[in-house]
Formats: sequence, structure tokens, C-alpha cells
Amino acid sequence: MYALLSLPLIYFIIFRYGPMYGVQIAFKDFNLFQGIGGSEWIGFDAFREVFNMREFYTSLRNTFMLNFLDLVVSFPAPIILAIMLYEIKSAWFKKISQTILYIPHFISWVIIGGIVYQLFGNQSGMINEVLQGLGLNPIPFLTEKGPWLVTYLFTGVWQSAGWGTILYLAALTGVNRELFEAAEVDGATRMKKIWYITLPSIKPTIVTLLILNLGKMVSIGFDRPYVIGNTAVREYSDVLSTFVYRIGLESGQYTLATVVGLFQAVVGLVFILGSNYISKKMTGNGII
Amino acid sequence: MSERTSNRIFEIVIVTCVALFVLFCLAPFLHVIAVSLSSNRAITSGEVTIFPIELNWNAYIQVFSDNAMIRSLGYTVILTAATTALCMLFTIAAAYPLTKGYLKGRKTFMVIIIITMFFSGGIIPEYLLMRDLRLLDSTWALILPGLVSPFNLIILISFFNNIPQSLEESAEIDGSSFFRTLVSIVLPLSMPVLATLALFYAVGRWNGFQDALMYINSPELYPLQLKLFQMVQNNMVSELTQMEGASRTALTPESLKAATVIFATVPILLVYPWLQKYFVSGVMLGAVKG
Repeated sequence: MYALLSLPLIYFIIFRYGPMYGVQIAFKDFNLFQGIGGSEWIGFDAFREVFNMREFYTSLRNTFMLNFLDLVVSFPAPIILAIMLYEIKSAWFKKISQTILYIPHFISWVIIGGIVYQLFGNQSGMINEVLQGLGLNPIPFLTEKGPWLVTYLFTGVWQSAGWGTILYLAALTGVNRELFEAAEVDGATRMKKIWYITLPSIKPTIVTLLILNLGKMVSIGFDRPYVIGNTAVREYSDVLSTFVYRIGLESGQYTLATVVGLFQAVVGLVFILGSNYISKKMTGNGII
Repeated sequence: MSERTSNRIFEIVIVTCVALFVLFCLAPFLHVIAVSLSSNRAITSGEVTIFPIELNWNAYIQVFSDNAMIRSLGYTVILTAATTALCMLFTIAAAYPLTKGYLKGRKTFMVIIIITMFFSGGIIPEYLLMRDLRLLDSTWALILPGLVSPFNLIILISFFNNIPQSLEESAEIDGSSFFRTLVSIVLPLSMPVLATLALFYAVGRWNGFQDALMYINSPELYPLQLKLFQMVQNNMVSELTQMEGASRTALTPESLKAATVIFATVPILLVYPWLQKYFVSGVMLGAVKG
């Protein structure tokens, strides 16, 4: 039994804890040739340097901004969609719609990037072709900050709304059907039933997910901003994860990039634990 | 208005809204398929929306006759299959012992694993680790770092915990070894959740791109996503340079790009419907416990 367990444990120690050992280079003047152990300690010098970088604050602001706007735009969509799906009587229509709605979740951001380009590209994107066909001016969806933001948020809804319904639909399967029957006897309309029965019954799920999402404010995936972003909109599209990649692996400033990575990990941990604590307090549900 | 008709109207409104959303999910795919099947003339003149114009298969013929592309596809399929198999092996090997109450140090092992869900070294230390292990620019760099997802592991542990203990005990009384009980009793009972996790690992690897971008330099080891990314990136760059009035760089024709996008999407769409009924319950299981 221990033999069986030893394989994954070795994995965790090498590939999960190994990098944690490397975190010390945030406090060292890291030199590729001297290695992690051989480089000199510099204390918090690198932190001071990072906190003086304007780009650091831009990427920090963008991480918050994109996550926050994403939450505002993408969070309600699966709730509305789940309630509508729940109201649908026809089983086959429900099943087919669900199958299709889940698909975008399984598409990689690289492919979504390709699709976004085909749809929103300045020169040959379908939407701009249609706009021009109607005699309107093309909109620079990908190269102008405001429109880019809309494109970014829109793709988020497209990718995740359907998938997000799973949890709410799961919560709805637990609703006592008698509540609806009782409401019917009392003459409630369907809107009223949604408002007074369906919504309250998924409220704990909504609150839990909302709090946990707030906990992820500093953690942002790499693929989406990297693939959809570009140099023209870097002012908005540079986030902590792409910033780390850019200064670390593209310009070789390992120490500075590790500092940013460590900052993100620590602040992220505080946020997650904090939101988990609040979530447990309020709803009894948490992730740990 | 009678209650019947108002119910009817309500139903129609809801079905229409959902249908519109479904269309919203499908339309981008339809457009890309249409572009991939249209002539370059029709694409550049902007006639193509969601139906192919001047239908032809040239882009697909070109994709399928591009050796590098086919090789990349084959490589990615094998990579995905191998990664998924290894991930499942490691995840099962970790999950099963951890369901045993009598295992010494079980709590410690759980803590070791759960910590990694909330804290990690970050990409630079990860990159340096791969460099020190001499794994840069090798296929192993794409397989080893993600062998066990703690999240998937917890889903599996909670599923194993729901299997009645008496089943395993009676097998052991009948003389079944620890290993035999796992293989012939526990695993067959866990097929739905195993299928779900396999799908998650497979999709993760198939769609994975950041690790390839960081660790892989040799074009012959490029997974499909990285190849695709370069085509997309090529677009972005040309779009920017055109804006600044610079000369047009050599561009991949739109139909070819579209065909490649479809080409990289189809394998997922092929396995996905077969596994859908499993992953819905798998995700819910993860949500309850997770």
C-alpha cells in the first residue's frame, strides 16, 4: 500500500514542492550559472525594485479589473440560464441545449483566440465585414482598449456560461417538488414561483460561488489574456500571469519575475483563505 | 387570458431565450466552418457569414497534405493518451490508499497534497526545476509536472469513500489481495468518475499550451495548440503592422486558418458526447465535496 502511495508522493515532492524550494530566488541575486543555492542573498531588494515598477501596478490593476468585470458580466449568466433550463418541460430540447452549451468550456483558449480573430478581426473579421456592408465604420475590437475589453468579457461569457449551469442545476434537483404544487394551489404565477421558490433554493450555491470567486481575484489564468491580448492593448491586457512570463522567461529577469509570482501566490492565498472563511461563516459551505 | 395560454406563452418565451443562447454558442463555430469551406475570394470580399460560399474543400486538403500538421496531430494524440493514462495511474495510486482509515500518516499525506492546491512556486521556479532536471525541450516536460491534480484526487477519494466497505471486506475474506480488490472490485464500480477524470486530464493536455510555450523549442515537439497559436499570433502581428502602415507579412489564408481551428477542435467533439453523462455527475460530486 505504501509502495502504491509512494509514486504519487514522490511526484508531489519533486514537482510541487521542488518549485517551492526555488521561491528563495526572490530573495537572491539569481545567476543561472551559480544556480539557486550558489546565488547571493539580497534580502528584499528585488521586492523594492518590483514595487517601483509602473508595469507591476498596471498588471495588478488589470488583474483586478478583468476579474471584477468578468465577475459582473459572467457571474449572472449561468444563473439565468440554469433557471430557464429548469423551467423547460421538453426533455429532448433540454438535453440537446445542455450538450451544446457545455461545448465551449472544452475548447482551448488558443482555438478561441483563432475564432475571436475570425469574428472580430479589424480587416477580415465577420462582424466588421457586416458593419461595413451596412455602411458603418468598422470597430477595432482587438486593437483599441475599450472595444477589446468588451471582446474579452464577451468571450468569457461564451466560454463559461453553459458550463456554469451544471452546479445550479445540481442544486435545483434537490428542490422539493411539493413547494411548487403548494404554490400552484395558492395561485402563484410562474414568475412568482421562480422568484419565491427557485431562486431562494439556489441562493446558498450562488452566495458560495460568489464568495469563492471573489477569493480568486488575484489569480488569473495565463492563456486567455495572453492569447486574446496583444501589444496594442497591453495597457489593459497585461495581467500578473502574463507579466511574470514576459519579464521572466522573455527577458530573463528571473529574480524579479519570481518576486511577482510570490506576491501573487501569497496575496492569492490570503484572499482564498479569507473568502473560504467568510463563505463557511455565511453559508456553511467552503472549499476546505 | 387563461392560465393555460399564459403558461404556453411563458414556455415559448423561455424556449426561445434558451434557443437563442444555444445559437450564440454555436454561431462562432458555424462561421469558422463556413470560412473553412469557402473560397478565398468570397472570404476577402466579406460575403461569408454562417453559410459557406463557393463551397470547396481546398483548405482541408491542404491541412491534410501538410506533413508537419499531421505529425503534430499524431504527436498530440499520443501525448494526450499517454498523459491521461499516467495521470489516471498516479491518481488512483494516490487515492486508494488514502481511503483506508488504518493507513498510518494518512492525515499528513492529505495535508501535503492539499497545501499544493493553494500555494505553488510559480512559473519561474517551475521552469528552473525543469531546467535542472534536464527536461526542457522534451516530451516529459509536458507530462510530468501535471501528473496528479489535487482537485481530481479529492473527487476520486470521495467517490471511493462512498463504495460500501463491506464489499471490499468480503473480497478480502475470500482471499483477494489488496491489489486484486482494487482492480477487480473498486475500479469497475468507479467507472463513471474514472471516465470523468480521464476526460478532464485529456482535455487539459489537449488544450494545454502555456507549458509547451515555456518548455518546448523544437518544432517537431510542438503540440497542436502551440502550432495553432503561432498562426493566430501571426494574425495579430500582421494586423498591428498593417495598422501602422507597414507592409503586409506573409499571411496564412483565412480558410486555411479556419480549417486548422476546426481540425484541432474535432477530436474533442468526438469523445465529448460519449462522456457527457458521466462528467455531469462527476462535476456535481466534485462540487458537493470539492
